[in-house]
Amino acid sequence: MMGLGNLSGRVLALHLGVVALLFALQFVLPAYHHGIMARILVLAVFAMGYNLLFGYTGLLSLGHAMFFSAGLYGAGLTVYHLDWSVPAAFAAGLASGLVLSTVVGFLALRTTGVAFLIVTMMFGQVAYLFTLYFGDWTRGEEGLTLSQAARQLGPLDLTDPTTRYFAALALFTVVLFVTLALVRAPFGRVLIAIRENEERTRMLGYDTFRNKLGATIGSGVICAASGAAYVLLFGYFGSSFAAVQYSILPLLWVLVGGAATTLGPLLGTVLMFYLIDLSNDLLNSRFPDWDVSYLGIVGVALVLLILFFPKGLLGSIRDRWVRWLP
Amino acid sequence: MADVLVLDNVDAGYGEVQVLRGMSLMLRRGEVLCMLGLNGAGKTTTLKTIMGLVRASAGSIRLGERELAGLPAHEVPRAGVAYVPQGRRLFSELTVAENIEIGLMTRKHGEATRESVLELFPVLRERLKQRSGTLSGGEQQMLAMARALCVEPEVLLLDEPTEGLMPSMIARIRDTVAMLRERGVSTVLVEQRVDAVLPVADRVAFIENGRNRETLDVEKLRENPELVRHYVGVG
Repeated sequence: MMGLGNLSGRVLALHLGVVALLFALQFVLPAYHHGIMARILVLAVFAMGYNLLFGYTGLLSLGHAMFFSAGLYGAGLTVYHLDWSVPAAFAAGLASGLVLSTVVGFLALRTTGVAFLIVTMMFGQVAYLFTLYFGDWTRGEEGLTLSQAARQLGPLDLTDPTTRYFAALALFTVVLFVTLALVRAPFGRVLIAIRENEERTRMLGYDTFRNKLGATIGSGVICAASGAAYVLLFGYFGSSFAAVQYSILPLLWVLVGGAATTLGPLLGTVLMFYLIDLSNDLLNSRFPDWDVSYLGIVGVALVLLILFFPKGLLGSIRDRWVRWLP
Repeated sequence: MADVLVLDNVDAGYGEVQVLRGMSLMLRRGEVLCMLGLNGAGKTTTLKTIMGLVRASAGSIRLGERELAGLPAHEVPRAGVAYVPQGRRLFSELTVAENIEIGLMTRKHGEATRESVLELFPVLRERLKQRSGTLSGGEQQMLAMARALCVEPEVLLLDEPTEGLMPSMIARIRDTVAMLRERGVSTVLVEQRVDAVLPVADRVAFIENGRNRETLDVEKLRENPELVRHYVGVG
């Protein structure tokens, strides 16, 4: 009925255009920004996973760092301690995300609204404490690094900046089109219906619990894919990735870019990354004596954004001008 | 006529507050049964209890031979009961076509049902690509009914469908209920306004304190309007 098969030409062209632009950027970006963009692409996948649950299904979670960390540790620990290959470790990361999101979803979805937020946050904290408690294997906050030799994918060296960028872009592209297909498919329409009015959706004969569980698992696996890719491409993993700020970050990225838009997570991640980066530079270079945190500038920018673009950038653009934007 | 939906001594409520106290109701096949009563009498709670949104603590709710009490709420529409709640509650971010599509996705005869529903509401055919949140009040009510009919129900529950609509739209909603009766759909209609009910109802159930005080043929009420005043205090 729906899905990629009947995407309108302009929607497909837009998404292919974005991927082509990101591909072309690889050849023009200076080394510093090149590295940042690779990191942004992987984290945008994290935001896309979060968006599936928050933007499309309307479930506000504050525990998504645990799904990112499931992928991160699932892949990182198997490479570090068991010498698994990159594909096997990536699969282990995905499997960790799948198992964790199934269990957490099954338990947390018995609650709604604020209670869901608190329960997911508590699960997230438990996951964080696990990474500290099992410090003999994880080395807690200090974390672990993967050697260059361990990060080889056949003939490809994932520590090489160009390979890393293309690997990040490949993951981003796959997840972007999977997300697009998912939200345009009947399943995606049902998720939006649940977000709009869960009771009405049940009254049309849908088992909303099952659909929400499906969204939680899909979201968890995408976030785990991002975590697994992060550790395999950048070679470091530690407890800070499981802390609550890594649950807040994807929420911010999605809010800035536009919840329930397919490209909003990328836009939000890019903007927030550079906003923080530029704020830091600006304060250090122009006002070295000022005792102002870069977070002050970020906060003001966010307040302005919410005032003028209450649905995030792409969400507001869709509402006002480009109604066909997915 | 055979009874299609039977409530027998149903108790239900919200937490400690009991609203239905021995509610009994019979809906005959192909009829329009109207529930009249003051605010707080238990009309909406009766509909929600039939739909499984409020749990029945006692009594039985049968659709034909099938017991509905105790079923998960999403199984009730699949069994053949559709519900249009007060206030419409559309999926306002989705288009008219997508609202209808979602209604159809759980059914077997999607395309035929879609056409039959759009025949009932031709105005929706012209608005298929429009976001449902931007429709007028009357059109929203039609879409809410259309979406409910997508589940191919035997029984349709309508909670104050004419609330806040202008008279021409009320007449259209009433005509639609009459057309559905011709198609064999049995309807329970909750209304506050007696004048909106009498032209279309076959029988009227007077609800008071969570009970069905009496069910009367509408002919009797037409002959003796004082009866309405007697039962609900308004004429």
